[in-house]
Parts: sequence; structure tokens; C-alpha cells
Amino acid sequence: MEPRTPWQALTRPRFPRGDWPWRSAGYLATGVITGAAALLVLLLLVVFSFVLVGLPLLLLAGVALGGIERRRLRLVDLDPAADPHRVPDTPGLAAWLRVRVREQATWRELAYAVLHATVLWPLDLIVLAVALGLPAALISTPLQLAADGQEAKVVKAYLVTSYPQAFAAALLGAALLVALLYPLAALAGARAALSRALLAPREAELRDRIGEVTASRARLVDAFEAERRRIERDLHDGAQQRLVALTMTLGLARLDAPPGPLADQLTQAHAEAGRVLTELRELIHGIHPQVLADYGLGAALTDAADRSVVPVDTDIDLPRMSTAVESAGYFAVCEALANIGKHSGATAARITARHASRQLRIDIEDDGRGGADPDQGSGLTGLADRLAVLDGTLTIISPAGGPTLLRVEIPCPALPDRSVSSSPRTASSSAKG
Amino acid sequence: MSRTARSLRVVLAEDSVLLREGLIGLLARFGHEVVAGVGDAEGLHAAVTEHDPDIVVTDVRMPPGFQDEGLRAAVALRADRPGLPVLVLSQYVQRTYAADLLDAGDGTGVGYLLKDRVGQVEEFLDALTRVADGGTVVDPEVVRQLLRRHRDPLAALTPREREVLALVAEGHSNGEIARRLVVTEAAVGKHIGNILGKLGLPPAEDTHRRVLAVLTYLRA
Repeated sequence: MEPRTPWQALTRPRFPRGDWPWRSAGYLATGVITGAAALLVLLLLVVFSFVLVGLPLLLLAGVALGGIERRRLRLVDLDPAADPHRVPDTPGLAAWLRVRVREQATWRELAYAVLHATVLWPLDLIVLAVALGLPAALISTPLQLAADGQEAKVVKAYLVTSYPQAFAAALLGAALLVALLYPLAALAGARAALSRALLAPREAELRDRIGEVTASRARLVDAFEAERRRIERDLHDGAQQRLVALTMTLGLARLDAPPGPLADQLTQAHAEAGRVLTELRELIHGIHPQVLADYGLGAALTDAADRSVVPVDTDIDLPRMSTAVESAGYFAVCEALANIGKHSGATAARITARHASRQLRIDIEDDGRGGADPDQGSGLTGLADRLAVLDGTLTIISPAGGPTLLRVEIPCPALPDRSVSSSPRTASSSAKG
Repeated sequence: MSRTARSLRVVLAEDSVLLREGLIGLLARFGHEVVAGVGDAEGLHAAVTEHDPDIVVTDVRMPPGFQDEGLRAAVALRADRPGLPVLVLSQYVQRTYAADLLDAGDGTGVGYLLKDRVGQVEEFLDALTRVADGGTVVDPEVVRQLLRRHRDPLAALTPREREVLALVAEGHSNGEIARRLVVTEAAVGKHIGNILGKLGLPPAEDTHRRVLAVLTYLRA
């Protein structure tokens, strides 16, 4: 396995000939540059009204430096350090600042910036000077001697006056260079580890982000649901009411019209308007059935069974649950019933729905020919995706030849009953006087 | 038909102004008087208290929540004033709503009609009068949907008996049913007797048992 950090490279026999020493040196050298720049910026910010404008700018500087340092880290660390920051929900500088101020990562970056500007970059410089500067001075002794003609002072300490001495010093320098590359790489590795500890996202932050992805998917589904209801409401309160008024007017006109071609045409128009109303009603129901909001999933499932082409037996006993869960459960059953009607060849189906141990479970069985496969890109896949957002699952047991069992499970708490009249009824309730 | 036989005093609850005005005009034309036209459930309660109408006609979905406020108001009104005739106009072909309404009180003098039905002016006025006279009217579309399902409580019924029960649910008298099915009234009476027997409704006051049969039918 190829080494991914200076530390891993150190133990390789070919370490001095590889590119890791130069990577390490480059990392430290660029560290000196960014560190010096950071010091300059920090000093400027301290000078310019630290309290008022300084703090946000300081944060900004910390975050900016963090970005640069994470990129620089690639020189000596092949595993990229991810951005630890969250993406703000809303655009704008204010929202951005709010998110940043609340994040631990921001303050770690600021701490790193201060540390880098005051301690780390001088340290980088010293390491570079000792590990590269000292051997360089030794190696260049013959050149110094040649330039001076008489003598050369090696590292300002030993006087060299003859070429054999000078070449011996150069040889020593070369040996020292190779030897010092090890501590150089080790220190660069330590330096990188420190940077990573402060600048890369911690495990908890990564976990949060996964939670965030789930939450944003759930938000998307919620937004989609809200939009569905809005469209349903617009159609119901607008187009549908107007059409009813129109059929009423046409109905009256029919009564008034004397028998003849005019009356016939009115009759036709009236019938047509009636058909449009029926179509519109089905359309609105398909978008979002009102019974789901008013009576909950239990009643909505019973009504879905009413509408099914294949006769459906029901055994449903459900409390009210959250809108998202009820909606997902409802549309899952509708999809299943539509599939049964279209593909299964079934003559009967059965819906069993229960809520137990904080979980909604709906079984849809049919006596059809089976062979339903969610991998065939049918509506079943979309259904499974939709349920997955709610941590729900779709199980399909459908051997060729049937029968098919489709099971929907969604974890969810039951809501307290809003009132007696909103409780769902079961198909088995009997008449009372 | 008996629609001009008597003039009804109507309280109307409908939030769409267009429809409310249209209905007021339509009812006025056929000799009924809308004593109050209101736009929400609260106004409906107040208007009924004030005017003590012959019949209440109400929409299901109304302010403030635009859910089933109208239906709940109707149920509450019938709990307060048993026997108050209520005709609910709905956009939904769903028995849940109809069953809730029929459950309130003894199930007489109630109607659940699709709003489309107001376009069938004569049918609508006929239903209005039947409900005002204590009849039970369920929209044929709701009844039709129920007929598509095979249900246990009704499994024992013959197709003809189902047909008769459907017509009973729609609020027709024995005479009217006989006319529609082209049989004698006595035959209809016999069918109804069989239906009541099969549904396990022992002989009691006859009209009451009819409502129970319809309820069984709706809930099955």
C-alpha cells in the first residue's frame, strides 16, 4: 500500500528518494507564508475596532484560513479533509453568520488561525531552517571557499581554510540532509495531524450531516404534501364551485327553455358540464382526498377500498397519525390497489391495517398471479423511496403464481384523538339505534 | 311531485358567494324562502337558533378550517334539535361523511347529496322536500360506489334485494321503488321484509328499521 502521510512514508526504505521529504518541506514552507499572512491580518483586525467590526471579520478570516489550510493539507495528507461547516438553510450573509457563529467548527478554525499566526508558522520556519538550512550551509562550503579564496566559516562557527576540509563539510552536509529529512517529515506529519484535528469535521458533525440529509428529504416531502393540498384547495374552492354554479344555471335554463333545438343544446351543454364536474371531482380526489384530512387514514383506506375495481375486504383499526405518515400510507395503498387492478388478475383483495408498538403496518393481499417485482422500475420503486424518507419499509412477497402480499411499515407515534366524531370507523361496526 | 306543495323556510350555509346567491335564487324561484344565508359554521348555529327553519342546507367544507366544519355543524345541530331536517351538500363521493350524518339522531330527515345534484334542479328540489318531510336521502353516486363492493353483511341478499335496498337508501318510498323496478308495491314490501330479516332487524317501528337497514348498508 502506498503511504498516505509522511508518517507512513517514514518507515519505507526508499523514503529519502521519494517525494515525501519534498512534500513535507513544501507543506512547512507554505505554512510559513500563510502563517505570516494570518499574523498580518490578525494584527490589522486587532487594530481596527476589534469589538464592533472585528469579530465578524475575525470569524470570516478564521473560516477563510480554514479553507486554505484544508487545501494545503493535501500536500502531506492524501485523505481530503472535508468542510466541517453546515450549509445555511436560507441565503444571505446574516443567515450565514448565524449558522457559523453557532458551529463549533468555526471556533476551532479561529483557534487554529490564532495558533497558526503566533506559534505554528515560526515553528515551521525553525524546522525548515534547521533541517534544510544547516545541511545547505554545509554543502555550500566549497562554494563559499571558492568565493572568498582564503577561508570560509561553516555555520558561523568552524573556520575552513582548505578544500579537503570544505569537501568533508559538504559531505557531512549531504549526510546530515538525508538524516534530517526524517525529523522534518515527522514534524510535518505532526503538524498536519494537528491541522486535521482542528479543521476537519468531527465524527459527531458527520453524523449530524447525515441526519440533516434525512431531514432535508423529509422537508422536501412535506413541501410536496403542502403543495398537493394547496392545488387541491385551489381547484375545490375555485374551478369546482364555478362549475357547480354553471350547471345550476344551465339546469334552470333547461327548465325555462321552450322545447326545440335550443332546449336540446342546453341539455347537451348541461350533461357535458356534469361530466366535467365528475372528472374534476375524481382529479381532485386523486390529488389529495379530503377524507384523509377529516377522518384520517382508516376512513381513507376504507374509501380507497370502495373505489377499487377488484373487490376489497377490509380489516382496519387505526388511530390518527401524523399527516406525512397518513398520506404516505394512503398513497401506498392506492398504488398497490391500482397495481392489483391492472396487473395481478386477482379476483379479491384484502387490506389489514393496524398500529401497534409505535408502528403503522398495512398488509395488502391479493389472490392474483404474483410475480410483482419492485426492481422492474414500476410504481413500487417510487413507493419504496417515498416510504424510506419516513424510515418506512415496503416488503413484497410475490412468488410467481401468487398470491401477493405487500406490506407497508412506518414507525410513528399515534396522535391523541381530536374528537369522537373524527375517530375512524371500522368496516365491521354494526348498526345501532 | 310535491315540490310546490309547501313553501320551506331554509337556512343555507355555503361559503362560496357565487353558489350561495345561486342557490338562494333557485330556491326562491320554486317558492322556498331562504331566511338566512351564512358563510361559516358559527353563523349556521346562530341562524338556526334565530330562525328555527324547516330545513338546513349546508356545505361540508367551510371556514375557518376548510375541513368538514359544515358536516360537524350539521351533526351538532341534530344533536341539539333532534328531528331538525338537514341536507348536506358535498363534493365528496364518500360514505364516511354520509354515515357520520346518518349516525346523528335517529337517521330520519337527513340527506347527503353531491353538489353536482343542484344542477339537476328537479331532482335536488325533490330531495329537499323529502328530507324536510323526514325522509332519508343518500346520493345515488355514493350508493352506486357501495354497490361495487361485496360485503359480508349484505352477502346474504339477492341481487334484487340489493337493488331494493339501494333505492331505499336513496330515500324512495315503496310505491316509487315498485314503479322503478316495474313490480307491484306488495312485491317491494316483501323484498324489504326479507332484507330486514336477513340484516337481523327484528320487527319494530317500520320507518326506523328502514333507516337502520340503510345504515347497515352504508357501513358494510
